[in-house]
Amino acid sequence: MELKELISQKLQTNFSDAEFEFSEFRNELNVKFNKKFVNPICKFLREDSELEFLLCEDITAVDWAKRKNRFTVVYHIFSLKHNFRLVLKADVDETDCTIDTVSSVWKTSDWQERECYDMYGIKFNNHPDLRRIYMPEEFEYHPLRKDFPLIGIPGSLSLPKK
Amino acid sequence: MGLEAKLNGDGFFVTKMDALIAWARKNSVYPMPMGISCCAIEMMASADPKYDIARFGSEVMRFTPRQCDLMIVAGTVTYKMSHVVKKIYDQMPDPKWVIAMGACTSTGGMYRSYSVVQGIDQFLPVDVYVAGCPPRPDNLLNALIQIQNKIGRTRARDFQSLKLPELNVIQNN
Repeated sequence: MELKELISQKLQTNFSDAEFEFSEFRNELNVKFNKKFVNPICKFLREDSELEFLLCEDITAVDWAKRKNRFTVVYHIFSLKHNFRLVLKADVDETDCTIDTVSSVWKTSDWQERECYDMYGIKFNNHPDLRRIYMPEEFEYHPLRKDFPLIGIPGSLSLPKK
Repeated sequence: MGLEAKLNGDGFFVTKMDALIAWARKNSVYPMPMGISCCAIEMMASADPKYDIARFGSEVMRFTPRQCDLMIVAGTVTYKMSHVVKKIYDQMPDPKWVIAMGACTSTGGMYRSYSVVQGIDQFLPVDVYVAGCPPRPDNLLNALIQIQNKIGRTRARDFQSLKLPELNVIQNN
């Protein structure tokens, strides 16, 4: 059986109510699911002996501005065993701007989630150290949100005295 | 050579102290290489044998601000970095000069963005701006010559009003 079919079959049998949506883009399998299941699904993909997605390459988000579920959190994970890359997606709404952390599954996702929090303001539940990673800690905005002006907000970042 | 011809066999010559100090100062400018990004590569190139900043007496790049009198800010200064740049500038002894090297440092350049300071003259007194992205080493040497001309015009009384800068010292008790 092809790996893509195997993954979708395994996920659907193990998480029957996760509302999966499978799609393909440029030969990569994209899996969308309900954000409540992010931690168990990631744990499963990493620990299943036939899949072994050991590497979490990136965690980022997309701001859709006016869409109902405003943000999509995107995980790029990689299986060294199969030389196979998988994209996971979960929608997050602005009113409940939280998603569970996967830092217990992949240690590297600690900083990637901090970056995502810094840039988009999405809170990761149970994260061990959810602080800003790039911007100064007293900064009040999330710069990669669509409603943040590109040039920034005057006076929001401090300059030294002349 | 020029100096022997001036001495003219007498073994001495008369000048003003101001002129002598300015002459010595302008021909031994010690740069503080504040290399923050890609402009720093061109700044390093200006020190190599091809461009040879030593011809202008500035080969002594000191990596401590306390021994420098010219700060070459070479690279994109972000708001976070600006505090570090200012802190290093404050540690340099007076009199001191600043070159803003490259488009990013002078105006923010192509980074018209929330995180980049749109010109370091918002927090530093810049003497010479160097155009280019990055500027060629000859362009930086031209800036150095401009600074030398500026130093050559100084007199001791220009520095009489200088006071020690207020440093924000964090004391560890």
